[in-house]
Amino acid sequence: MAEPLLAVRGLRKRFGGLVATDGVDVDVGEGETLAIIGPNGAGKTTLIGQLAGDVRPDAGTIRFAGADVTALSAAARSHRGLARSFQITSIFREFSALDNVALAVQAHAGHSFRFWQAARAEASLREPARAILERVGLGGRADVVAGTLAHGEQRQLEIAMALATRPRLLLLDEPVAGMGLDESQRMVELLRALRGHHTIVLVEHDMDVVFALADRISVLVYGRVLATGAPDAIRLDAEVRRAYLGEGQPA
Amino acid sequence: MTRPRRGLVTLAALVALAVVPLIAGLANQPFYLDLFRRIMIFAIAAVSLDIILGYGGMVSLGHAAYLGIGAYAVAVPALHGVHSAWVQWPLAMALSALAALIIGAVSLRTSGVYFIMITLAFAQMLYYIGISIEPWGGDDGMRLARRSQLGGVLDLADPHVFYYVVLAMLAVLLLVGERVIEARFGTVIRAVKSNEPRLQAIGVAAFRYKLAAFVLAGAVCGLAGALLANQTEYLTPSYMHWTRSGDIIVMVILGGMGTLAGPVLGAATFLLLENVLAAWTVHWQIILGPLLVLVVLFARGGLLSLLPGGGARDG
Amino acid sequence: MTWLLVVEQILNGLQLGVMLFLVAAGLTLVFGIMNLVNLAHGSLYMIGAYFAVAFLGWTGSFAASVVLTLLATLVVGMLVEVVALRTLYERDHLDQVLATFGLILFFNELVAIVWGRAALFASVPPALGGFVELLPGLRYPVYRAVIILVGLAVALLLYVVVGRTRLGMLIRAGASNRTMVAALGVNIRLLYTVVFGFGAALAGLGGLMAGPIYTVQPGMGEELLIEVLVVIVIGGIGSIRGALVGAVVVGMVDTLGRAFLKPMLGTVVSPAAADSAGPALASMLIYILMAAVLYFRPQGLFPAVRSR
Repeated sequence: MAEPLLAVRGLRKRFGGLVATDGVDVDVGEGETLAIIGPNGAGKTTLIGQLAGDVRPDAGTIRFAGADVTALSAAARSHRGLARSFQITSIFREFSALDNVALAVQAHAGHSFRFWQAARAEASLREPARAILERVGLGGRADVVAGTLAHGEQRQLEIAMALATRPRLLLLDEPVAGMGLDESQRMVELLRALRGHHTIVLVEHDMDVVFALADRISVLVYGRVLATGAPDAIRLDAEVRRAYLGEGQPA
Repeated sequence: MTRPRRGLVTLAALVALAVVPLIAGLANQPFYLDLFRRIMIFAIAAVSLDIILGYGGMVSLGHAAYLGIGAYAVAVPALHGVHSAWVQWPLAMALSALAALIIGAVSLRTSGVYFIMITLAFAQMLYYIGISIEPWGGDDGMRLARRSQLGGVLDLADPHVFYYVVLAMLAVLLLVGERVIEARFGTVIRAVKSNEPRLQAIGVAAFRYKLAAFVLAGAVCGLAGALLANQTEYLTPSYMHWTRSGDIIVMVILGGMGTLAGPVLGAATFLLLENVLAAWTVHWQIILGPLLVLVVLFARGGLLSLLPGGGARDG
Repeated sequence: MTWLLVVEQILNGLQLGVMLFLVAAGLTLVFGIMNLVNLAHGSLYMIGAYFAVAFLGWTGSFAASVVLTLLATLVVGMLVEVVALRTLYERDHLDQVLATFGLILFFNELVAIVWGRAALFASVPPALGGFVELLPGLRYPVYRAVIILVGLAVALLLYVVVGRTRLGMLIRAGASNRTMVAALGVNIRLLYTVVFGFGAALAGLGGLMAGPIYTVQPGMGEELLIEVLVVIVIGGIGSIRGALVGAVVVGMVDTLGRAFLKPMLGTVVSPAAADSAGPALASMLIYILMAAVLYFRPQGLFPAVRSR
C-alpha cells in the first residue's frame, strides 16, 4: 500500500478556550479528490490553514510526499508541491491577471534577485502563464487589472495561480464561494478536468459541487473527523445526518 | 498616470534641473544653484525611501539614520586626512548597507505599527550614539574639512561641477530604479505591498527580498548623506533625528509614493516651500502641517496625481 | 554609591514612570479601541504644559490652573478628534502616521507663535515646595512625591472605571471587537470622542505636572512620545495594565540606567571609555529593551487585542 500523498495525524489547535482542531487524522492518496465538509464552526478553515502552513498546530504531524512538513512555512510547502486557493479571494489586485499568474510561475522559476531584465519580457514566465489562463477560461482577460475582474473570474484566477506553481496537491478553500449557478458549473467543469492530474483536497459547503467531484468525503464536526467514506456512504450515514440536521440548511 | 507619461515627467524634470545652473548664472543668483542641488540630494534620499515605502509598503520612520551614517562616513575620514571620494562614498554606502542589514533583520520580523516603532527606535539609538561621541563633535556636530576629492578632473569645490555630479547620480538612480522596479526583484517587492500572504502562498519567501530592498534603500540613502555632508560642509547628529525621517516621508507622500518621479517632485516642493514660505514667515511650518494633513486626506496619490493625466497607477 | 542614593533614584524612576503612564494610557486606549496611531499625542502633553503656565499666570492660583488646564486639554482633544482625526479611523496606519505628523508640525509652530521658541519657566507651586523626609537621611522633593501619588491615584481611578463601570466595559469590548460594539447600537462616535478627550486630558495632566521639572518648549512632546511608544509596545497595545507596567519598567530602566551605568561601567573599563560610552548606552537601554520584548513577545506583555 503506497504511502498517501498527504498524511495527517493527531492534529490539534486551540485558540484560547476554543478547540478548533481536536485530533484530526486524514489520509489523501495520490490522484484522489477528498472533500471536507462540515457545519459552520467545525474548524474547516483552521484545518486548511494548518495544512497550508499559515497556522502552526499545537500538536500532531503533517506528512506530504513522504516528508514531515509540519514545521515548514507556507512558501516552503509551495515548493514541495502544495498549492492553495483562498476562501476569501486573495490576489494581487493592482496587477493584471497575466501578471498575477506570471508571478506564481516566477516563484517557481529560480530566485527573484534579478534587477535588470523586465519580468514582463521573460517569455519563459509569460507563455506558461498565458497557457494556464486559457486553461481556466480567462484567456481573453489576461491584461485586465485583477481587482476589476468579476467575482467569479477572480475565483478562477485563484485557481490559475495555484496551478501555475505546478503542484502535486491542490488545497481549495470553498472554490465556488459567492458564485452564481452558471459560474459554479463552469468552476466544477474546470475542477473535474483537473481531477486525476492533481490530487485535490476540497473544502466546500455546496453539496452539489461536493458530490460532483469527490472520490471520498470527510465530515468535520467540532474539530474532529466524524466520518470518512465514499459519497454515497456519507450521504446515508446516520451520525452525519444528525450533525447536519441540527444546523438547518447547509449554505 | 501611466508609465510612459511618468517617464516624460521624469525626463522633463531632469532637463529642467540641468538647465538651472545656466539660469542661475544668467540671473546672478548662485543661491538657486545651491538650493536645487540640495533638492536633488534629498530627492535621492526620498527615492531610496520610496523603494521600501511606496513600492514595498514598509513604513520606516528611521530612514534618516542612513543620511547621518553617510555624512559621518565622509566627515570622519576627512578629519583624519582621507579626502578621496573613492574611499568615502563607497564607505558611506557600505556602512549604511550594514546598518540597514542589522536594523532590517530585526525590524522586518515585525509588521504594522510595531515595524514603524522599531525603525524609529533604531534611528533614535543611532542619534544618541552620535550625540555622545565627543571626538566627532557630539551634540554640536562637526565641520567637513574639505569636500570629497574626485581626483584630477572633477573638483567638487566648484559649485557647478558638484551640481552636475549630483544630477548625474540622480539620473543614474532613476534609470536604474526604473529597471529594478520592472525586473523580477521589483515585481516581488510590489507584490509584498499588494498581498504578502498571497506571495508566501505561491512560494516566495518574502523576508529575504524585503531585507534586500531595505539594505539597498539604506545604501542609496547613505550616498545621499555623503553628498549632503559635501553640500553643507557641516553635519550634526540631528541629520539622523526621527523628525528628519518624517521630513523625507513627507517628501515621498507629497510628491506621490509608489513612483520614481513622485519623490523628486516631493523633495522639490518641500524644499521650495521651505525657502519661499520661510521668506514670508519664520513660522512657515504652520502651513506645512495642515497641508500635509490635507494631502493625506484628499490627494493620496500626491502631487503627481494632480497633474494632468494623473490618477490610477498601473502595476 | 549609597543605598539612599539608590532609593532616591528608584523613586525618580517611579516618578518618570508615572508620568509616562499618564500619556501612555490615553495613547494605548486610542490605539486599542480606535486602531489609530496618533503621533500628535505628545502635542497634547505639550499643550497641557503650556496651558498650565498660562493659566497660572492669569489666575495666580495653582488649583485653578489645574482645573482649567484639564478642561482645556479635554476640549482641545475633542476638537482635534472631531475636526482632524475622524476621517483617519478607516485609513491605514501610514496615513495616520502622516496626518498626525502634520498635526505635530502644526502644534509645535502654533505654540511657538503664541509663546515663542524660548523655554518657558514653570515654577513648583509653593504649597508643594520643599522636601519631605521619607526615610532617615533621605529627603525627597515634595513635588515629585506628589506626582507619584497623583499618578498612582489615576491608575487606580482608571482601574475602577475601566474594570467596573459600564463605560469601562464598553471600552474593553471596543478594544477587542469594535464592530461588535457598534453593531450593539452603542453610539460609537460619541464613545470615540469621549475616549479621545479623556486621553487628551490625561496627557495634559502629565504635561501640567512635568512643567516645573522638565523644560517647557516647542517639541517637548516628541521627546516624550518616543518613550511613550516604547512603553506601549512593551506593555501591549490597548492595555491599561500594560501601559502601567510598561511605564514603570521604562521609567526605572531609563532613570537607573542614566544614574548608575556610567559608574558601573567605570569599574570594568577605563574612566574615559565609561565617560563616553556610559551616557550613550544609557540612552539606548530602553530601545534595547523594546527590541528584546518585540523579539520574544511581539504582542507586548499584556496584549488587550488578540489577533492583529
